[in-house]
Parts: sequence; C-alpha cells; structure tokens
Amino acid sequence: MTDSRQAILSVRNVRVHFQVADQDARWPWSEKKTLKAVDGISFDLYPGETLGVVGESGCGKSTLSRAILNLIPATDGEIVWMGKDLRKGSERDWLHVRRDIQMIFQDPLASLDPRMTVAQIIAEPLKTHRPELSGSEVMERVRKMMTRVGLTEQQINRYPHEFSGGQCQRIGIARALILEPKLIICDEPVSALDVSIQAQIINLLKALQRELGLALIFIAHDLAVVKHISDRILVMYLGREMELAAKHALYDRPSHPYTRALLSAIPFPDPARERNKTIQLLAGDLPSPIDPPSGCVFRTRCPLAEARCAEEKPHLHAVDADTQCSCLKV
Amino acid sequence: MTLLQVKDLGVRFATHDGMVHAVNGVSFDLDRGQTLGIVGESGSGKSQSVLAMMGLLARNGTASGEANYQGRNLLTMSAQALNRVRGNHLSMIFQDPMTSLNPYLTVERQMTEVLELHKGMERRAAKKRAIELLDAVRIPDAARRVDMYPHEFSGGMRQRVMIAMALLCEPELLIADEPTTALDVTVQAQILGLLKDLQRDFGTAIIMITHDLGVVAGLCDQVMVMYGGRVMEHGDAEHIFYRPTHPYTIGLLGALPRLDDEGDALTSIPGNPPNLARMPAGCPFAERCGHVLPQCAATMPALVAAGDDGKALRACHVPVAQLIADSGEAVHD
Amino acid sequence: MFSKSKRQQLAQNLGGQLEAAVIEGRSPWKDARIRFRRNHAAVVSLVLLVLIGLLVVIGPWIVPHSYDEADWSVAAPLAPTFTNWHLFGTDDNARDLLVRVLIGGRISFMVGILGTLVAVVIGVSWGAISGFFGGKVDALMMRFVDVMYALPFMLFAILLMTFFGRDLVLMFVALGAISWLDMARIVRGQTLSLKSKEFVEAARAIGVPRRAIIFRHIVPNLLGVVVIYATVTIPNVILTESVLSFLGLGVQEPMTSWGVLVQDGAQHMDTAPWMLLIPALFLSVTLYCANYVGDGLRDALDPKDR
Repeated sequence: MTDSRQAILSVRNVRVHFQVADQDARWPWSEKKTLKAVDGISFDLYPGETLGVVGESGCGKSTLSRAILNLIPATDGEIVWMGKDLRKGSERDWLHVRRDIQMIFQDPLASLDPRMTVAQIIAEPLKTHRPELSGSEVMERVRKMMTRVGLTEQQINRYPHEFSGGQCQRIGIARALILEPKLIICDEPVSALDVSIQAQIINLLKALQRELGLALIFIAHDLAVVKHISDRILVMYLGREMELAAKHALYDRPSHPYTRALLSAIPFPDPARERNKTIQLLAGDLPSPIDPPSGCVFRTRCPLAEARCAEEKPHLHAVDADTQCSCLKV
Repeated sequence: MTLLQVKDLGVRFATHDGMVHAVNGVSFDLDRGQTLGIVGESGSGKSQSVLAMMGLLARNGTASGEANYQGRNLLTMSAQALNRVRGNHLSMIFQDPMTSLNPYLTVERQMTEVLELHKGMERRAAKKRAIELLDAVRIPDAARRVDMYPHEFSGGMRQRVMIAMALLCEPELLIADEPTTALDVTVQAQILGLLKDLQRDFGTAIIMITHDLGVVAGLCDQVMVMYGGRVMEHGDAEHIFYRPTHPYTIGLLGALPRLDDEGDALTSIPGNPPNLARMPAGCPFAERCGHVLPQCAATMPALVAAGDDGKALRACHVPVAQLIADSGEAVHD
Repeated sequence: MFSKSKRQQLAQNLGGQLEAAVIEGRSPWKDARIRFRRNHAAVVSLVLLVLIGLLVVIGPWIVPHSYDEADWSVAAPLAPTFTNWHLFGTDDNARDLLVRVLIGGRISFMVGILGTLVAVVIGVSWGAISGFFGGKVDALMMRFVDVMYALPFMLFAILLMTFFGRDLVLMFVALGAISWLDMARIVRGQTLSLKSKEFVEAARAIGVPRRAIIFRHIVPNLLGVVVIYATVTIPNVILTESVLSFLGLGVQEPMTSWGVLVQDGAQHMDTAPWMLLIPALFLSVTLYCANYVGDGLRDALDPKDR
C-alpha cells in the first residue's frame, strides 16, 4: 500500500513466541514447546488515523498490543516509532516512548487501582513523566481532562468502585490522554460495556481523535463496532495477518475467505435479513497456537483450501490500492 | 396452546443497602414452539426473571407473582415438585460453558445422570441416548467424545454439550441465558443455527436472554425489551425492529453498531445504567430519556397496547405519534 | 433519533443532578469498616481485647500490690477474696495473683505485638520482593523460606537461650524470626496475583518505575491481607511464648507471663485451682478474641464482597 504520508509507527515481522511446558512431557527438563501468539505481523500506522485490529479469541491481537508497548517483549521483528527501532533501544528510550503511546484496557474497573482516587489515577502519568509540575498545576490539568471526557469535577475524590463501567472507561481514557500522546492503543475498550454505553465511548473516542489528531489502534472482536471508528482494518487469525484493507474495501468487497466468514457470521438486528441469510460456516475448530497448521494457518477451516495451502506460507500482498490479502488464491 | 403464563412476576433481594427490586411486573404468555427473546442491558432484570422461574434465585431473593407452567405456579411449587419439572420439562443453558459443566465428571456421566433421574433409564440405555443427542448437536465423533472430560472440549463444543444435556428429556421449554455471549462470533453463528434447527426438529419453545439484538432478530418470534427491572416494550420481532414505539428500544437500536451502517456517529443514550438500589418511583428510563415528560419520573407507565395492531405492548407516557414527530425522522427501516 | 438540541438539554439536566453529588468518596477502607461493624462477634471481641489491653497497662498501677512482693499477712495460697484486695487470691508464695496476671498480660501483649511487628516487617519485605521480581530471585528466596520451615523451632529457641541467656529481647527476636515465614509466603502469593492485575499492567504501560509500582500499587493492596494475618499471628506468638515459658525458657522470675502463670497453676491445680483457672481464662479469652477479630477483618476486607 503506497502512501506518501510518513508513518509514525511501522511494525515489521513482529513475532511473540512463548516457551511453554509440554503438557505430555515426561520430565520437567524436557524440551519446551513454542506457543506462537504473534507470528509475523507487519503494518504501518499514519498520524491521526485509526487502525482497527480484529480477530477472534487466540488470534494474538492483545499480545500484539502489549508487544508494541513492550509490556510483553517481542521475540523478533522491528517496532519503529518515529523512525527509531524501539526493540534496539534501551529502557530510557521506552520511557520516552511511553509519553507518546498510551493504552486503554478491556476491563474498565480492573484497570484502575481500587485504592486510589480518580484524581490520583489520572494524575499518575503526569507525576511520572512531568515531576516538575506543581501539585496545583497537576490538579488543574486533571480537572480539565475529567470534564473533557464527560466526568464531573465533583467526582474527583471518588474511588473506582463507585463508578459504572462506562464511567470507569472514561477515567481510563482521561488517564491515557493526560500526557497528550500521539497514539493510543485501545484493547477491546467497549467489549465489557452495555450497548448504550458502548456508543457513548466510541463517540467520545472519535471526537477526541478529531480534536487532538490522535492515532488509534482499536482492537476488537466485533467487526461492526470497528467499522464505526476505523480507517483501515487488520484481520488476524492465529497470530498471522489475513487481510489489511481500508474500511470500505473490507466491508464492501472482502478478499480473504476468513474475513468473509466473519462478516457473514455477524448477526443483524433485522429479522427479515437474518432469516434469509446464508452463513458461511467455518468447519472445525480453532487449531492450537502451539501446533499451528503448516503453510496457511487458516487452511484447516477454509472453504477454498487446496494442496498448496499446506506447503506455502502466504504473506500480505496487494490486491488493489486499498486492500492487502494473504490468501494464496486471491 | 399456552405453555407458560407469567403474571406480574417480581423479584426482590434483601441486601445490606436495603431492598433491591430487580424485577417488577413482568407478564407474558408463551405458546408451544414459540420463541421469546428477552433483551436488556445490565440491571434490566432479564436473567433474574428466568432464574426465579427455575427456582435458582440466590438465598436473599424472593419471587412474587405467578409463573404458571401447565397450570401450576412454578414460584410456589415445593422443591421436590420443581425438581421433577426442571431438567425434564423445563431446561436451562447458561452463559459460561466452562463453569456450568462439572470438570470432574465425564460428559457421559453428566448426561446419563439426567436420564437416570428423570426417565429412570438404565446406564447403558442412557449412554446410547446421550450419544444420539451429541450427534444431534453436531459434535463430531460423538461415541468416542462422550467419555471425555469437559476441559477436553473447546468453548463452542462445551456449549453444544450443554444444549444436548438440556434436550435429553425433550423439554417443552428451553431457557437460554446469554448462551453465546462468551463465544466467538463464528462459533456463535454455529450455535444459533443449531438452536434454530433443534427448535424446528424438536418443537421446543425457547426463551432467549441476551443483550444482543442481532441474536434475537434471527431466532425469536417475540421480543420483550426490559430496563431497570421492568418491561418497556413487548411485541413480535417485526414490530420491535421495524416499528419500535418506546424511546429505549429506539435508542438501543440507534446505538447498535451495524454492518450496514455507513459507519458514522452512533446515536448514544446519555447517562448510566440504572442503580437498582435507588430507583425512581416512575419509569426507570426517565432520567436518560430524550422525550421525558413531567409525569415520567413520578408515575410508572402501564404496559398498554402500542396501537398499531393491538398485539404489541409498550410502557410509556409519551404517545407514539408524538414520539415519531419528536424524533423528526422515520424510525429504522 | 434524538435531535442535537434535545441531547444538549439532556446533558445539561444530567449535569445539574450530579452537581448535588457528594464530594467525598467512599474508600475501600471505609467500606471495610462498615462491614466490620456489622459483624457483632468481631466487634465484641475487639472491645474485649481493648478492655484487657487497658487493664494490663493501667491495672498494675491501681492494684495496691506489687507483683513480686509476698504478702506475709495471709496464708498462701489464698483463694480469691475481698480481704486485703486479693481479688484473684494469691499464689503459693503469697504474691497477689491479680497484679501478677496483669503484669503477665503486659508481657504477653508486648510479645504478641512486637513479635508480630517483626514478622510483618520481615515477611512483607521478603514476600513482596520475591513475588514482584519473580524468576530466579523468587525461587531462591522461597527456597530459603522452605529451609527455615524445616528447622525445628524448639531447637532453635533452646540454642538461642543457651547461648545468650534468657533475655526478653532475645525471645522477641526468636519468635519474630519464626513467625515471618507464613507472612512471607502469603505476601508473595498476593503479590503474584496483584502483579497480573490490569491496573498494575496499566501502571507499567504508563511508565511508572518499578519501585513506585511496588509502593504505590502493590503494597496498599496488600495491606488488607497483611492486617488479617497479623491479627492471626498475634495469638500464635503469644501461644508460642507461653509454651516457651511453660518449658522454662521464657521470662525469668519474678517477672511472669501468662504462660508461666499457667505452668505454676498447673502444679497447684488440686490445692489452688484459681492459680490455673484465672490466667488460663485470660489467655484463652485473648486468643479467642484475636482470632474472631482476624476472621471479621478477613470478611470485611474480602475484595469479592465489593
């Protein structure tokens, strides 16, 4: 995908492999097996854009997000932020990067320290990275940020368990925004919320993105949710990339059989449509990431699979100007 | 023929913070072979309603009203009588298949237990029947798999095992409490397809509890929308999805991200989910409603006919005509 | 569905309602206090403990006898009586039992509290560091704890006493040195579980340095468990001291502790039963109450109840 803009984040061939004990091993010192949570992901991210990362459980999307921030160190590959390869950098470099890249988590309540007040939680990044700010300056910024995300200043001394899920997520967003980062990684930020609250949070994120020129990596398992916030979408399966396309291209003409299966499986709030729908059901079960299928990892469930799918390992290749697909047959 | 008649079902819990009314005034009829979807968000009372009917409420919970199954009130039945009905005529499947199957017993033991208890079958005959049912729910290699333990199955397969267990005695009614919420979307599609087929083949009535309107659209004839422990709207699927007449239903449909949307801003419902310990005297949705009238917070609107064809019900003080006029645009088509 | 102006109006209304909201939050500690107060057994136990504590501190100054003075005017051992203010009677050396029980209580309380303090300080540091750093550090530190567990305490105590004499401070050290093991294991377990919590991950994502994560996030969330186990450690330490004293390794005459009194009392069980019953009663009630308070704290601080 050619783009004249300068990418702020370039991920190249990132792998995150874990050594796990073999369940059937005879001795504690037997050779361990490798769990390939993320197995070669590459993409670019441009300023102010939202990349949606979609996949079902076990696809590695959460692990990928942790690897970008070095919360789980990547085993291999390059993570280039603003031209600098972070994996080759030091702890200090990572500390600087954490000013620019922040994260929002899936469980809104669990991501907040239950014994700290809202004020302390939102102020923590400031205290860590800007120790020169005075106490009152910090409070001032915290107050402004609370209002910005839709909380009231009166709640500033309350504790996380006194808030609803949606409000807790707003606190998480405030905490992520207070350092004015350039990129926020959102790890399934609305999955745990009610539908009516989901919409609030998604709208909030979109508004903030427009206002602050933020880039977002929005991780979700729900393609319908992702459609409302993303510019481009990456579809993952078992640690590998299936499709990377611009929003309209992905939803209107999905190239990869997995994407097509995902889209057709999503239930519509429309009875007539639902009853006449033919779903592309995927055969079989998700293979284990310890023992992924050879060649294309999707081949065991793919309606288009043939012999060479087991031999060749596919990579993302351009299908048209907006779409990259990793299917050998496309 | 009416299978289940629920009248004015209420559930309340005695907690340290006072009496919490989780469910108020829920009424509906369910015929043989019909499917009812109960839709609501957290705090709506949808799960507690069916738990009350099945006698599975927590110790500090009390149910009131009537839930008449074939003429007998489930809420006032003795534990023994209820046990003869549960698992036999009325079955339930739950949300988390990991925790609803006993990890220490093989699937075969858990299934034959049901048959031995309710049908008085012998172990061998019961095992045969169990395998038949595992086949019916499309578990590959059922004869071998039946001797395995739950942890050896994937999430989707465990849910199928649960469905098979629930159908062992060919119940007239199957209650599914968020059965696909914990599953991936492709697995969810398989399970929903399975439920549809089973319903067609066995003629079982289904009550499906979910927060996902999409799930309900494909499976359910009737839909009941709940909020804050009360029924907001109740009608057939066409009415709810194409001609909703309650501000909450309209709001919910608008807030739903849809694949056929252009992907612009979602219309959100402002405010927060209800706090069941501190409910207003009137409509629970009043504080978040865009069409709120002065009487909404004071008096609870009655569940009355929505007017278009007499069969749908809504609980709202705002007349339908005004609702449509206020919204300024036609409701979802 | 909602027009923009309606939405704005609604947002304003919502804001208005929230204006009236309480400013002070209900911290998890406050919640715990409320839950604790509902547990009547725990509250009563706490009150009793405080009462006994006050008695042993102030009592000896009020009672007109001294703990080491023999009262020659009475025939020892004297049963409890109002003459001469021997409310608990005397022991066989004509020393007032009331004041000796109270003085003994001072020693027992001191031992319990100080010994537990030592256990808490060492145990929390050891456990938190081991749990937080994990890997080889954790393995080494926990193997050390395992080895210490294997040491016979009595042997250790006897060796200490033999080498350094029957010093009170030494006894505290010995007791504390044994009691920290449980605390270390428990704190390590809690630290491990806290480490994987999302809010700790969030702190790492922010870039909070490791030391700040331990002291700002992990330790405050540990305190609940530490308090609970400390209140359970206190009776254990008192009991251990009693056993030591029973064996003759504890406090020296004429100083006494409940354990010593129980030992003396046991020897005179048939002639002067009050010499055994009264100190044993005090000891039992204190241990019982401390356990109830510990139970109550565990229920009150249980995070699942939130």
